[in-house]
This record gives sequence, C-alpha cells and structure tokens, in this order.
Amino acid sequence: MVTLNHYLALSAILFAIGTTGVFLRRNMITVLLSIEIMLNAANLTLVAFGRHWGAVDGQIIVFFVVTVAAAEAAVGLAIVIALFRLRESLDPDAFTSLKW
Amino acid sequence: MGFELPLFYVFATVAVVASALVIGQRSPIYSVMLLIASFAALAGLYVLLDSPFVAVIQIIIYAGAILVLFLFVVMLLNAPKEAPGPWARLAAGPRRAGAVLGGVLAVELAWAIWRAAIAPEPVGAGSGASAQAIESVRSIGQVLYTDYAFAFEVTSLLILVAMVGAVVLAKRHV
Repeated sequence: MVTLNHYLALSAILFAIGTTGVFLRRNMITVLLSIEIMLNAANLTLVAFGRHWGAVDGQIIVFFVVTVAAAEAAVGLAIVIALFRLRESLDPDAFTSLKW
Repeated sequence: MGFELPLFYVFATVAVVASALVIGQRSPIYSVMLLIASFAALAGLYVLLDSPFVAVIQIIIYAGAILVLFLFVVMLLNAPKEAPGPWARLAAGPRRAGAVLGGVLAVELAWAIWRAAIAPEPVGAGSGASAQAIESVRSIGQVLYTDYAFAFEVTSLLILVAMVGAVVLAKRHV
C-alpha cells in the first residue's frame, strides 16, 4: 500500500539532493540541473496531493511549473553562454566582480 | 494492485540514485543523461498516481525539450570537467558548510513530514472525485481553460519574454 507519506518522503529526499547540488557543484550547468531536480520534487508533491484529494488543480499547477521551468532554463542557459564567452569558464567562483 | 508498492520502490530508487549521481558527476554530459533517467522514473511515478497527463508532459517537455536544450549547451560550450573532484575540495570552509546545510535541510523536511503525520492511508483515500475524474485530460482541460484561463494566457506572455530574453542575452554583440 503506497501512502501519501511515501511520496512526500521521496519528494523531500529529491529536494535535499537538489539543494546540496546547488551548494556543492562548481559548474553553472550542474547548478541549473540541481534547480531542475528541486522543481521536480515540488511537482511530485503537487501531483501526490492532487491525487490524494481528488482534485485536478495539482496537475494544472504542475503544468505551469513546467512552463516556468522551460523559460528559466532558456534564460539561464543564455546567461551561462554569455558568461562563458566573457571568462572562458563555467566556475561560479570566476564571476565574483559583484562580491563586496 | 499488489505490485504497486514494488513499482513505487523501483521508480523511487531509480529517481534518487540517478539524482544523487547527477550531483556526484564531474562531467556535465553524464549529469544531463542521468537526469533524463531520473525524470523518466518520475514519469513512472506520475502514472502510478493516476496522472498520465503529467507523465507525458514530463517526458515530452522535460526530457524531450528542456534537457535536450541543456545537452546542446554542454556540447556548444564543450564544457570541461570540473577541475578537482568536489569531494577533495570539500575541505574548503564554505563548501563544507553547504554540504552540512543540505543535510540539515533533509533532516528538517523529514521532521516536518513526521510532525504533519498524515494518517497512513493509501493515496487517493482522501475526499473528492474518483481516479477517473483526475485521469482524464478532458477534465484537466476544462479547469485549465476556465478557472485558470488568465494564468494560461499570462504563461504565453512569459514564454515570449523568455524567448526574446534568451536571444538577446546569447547574442554575440549586444
């Protein structure tokens, strides 16, 4: 018997993995991938709750989240390309001109 | 539905292991490939949740469009491997703090779920309509184009802005 808690626990694990990735990775592309993992963890929660309460709203919000994720990926990758042209590097530590 | 629980564990294991490897990889191209595997497992979970529409969206838009975009950028930039392994550089103070914070977040989330303690009833035992009502793309469309019509239209504007923004940002001479 798969309970709602199963899905919530899985979602929590995935979200923590994504957060750790954002903290740990020194590659801007992998950092963006970690953000996608976190978005998917949130999506899983929405669908699980939607199924639990018998409402389609959860799935509709997931639809919007996916759209926003696509826009975020397009703009984020464009910024990555522009930064790579500037410094020939993907390491976020190479872009610290705005740091105090 | 005796095989629902084993299927859940298979998909969950694939998703967690693939996601962890995405974080543990040094080569970005392997990371993207592993993330596709992770998203495929999540699509399987959505099917288990009687949400085939979301499962299809997950495969077509996430794996098919977004991650292929990532793959294009990785190849376009000829992205190098990260220089030293992240675990060797883990000794660096802020990075170790980041790893600790990630672990703390996992514990916090586990605690929150434990506290919420939703009665361990099977998914779908809550109130509301039957699985058929959620499953059908027709009912999703009906709500999407009536209650959420405004948000839907705004989404199209968002896509347009993102498209223009991406072109302007990635242009060679601004």
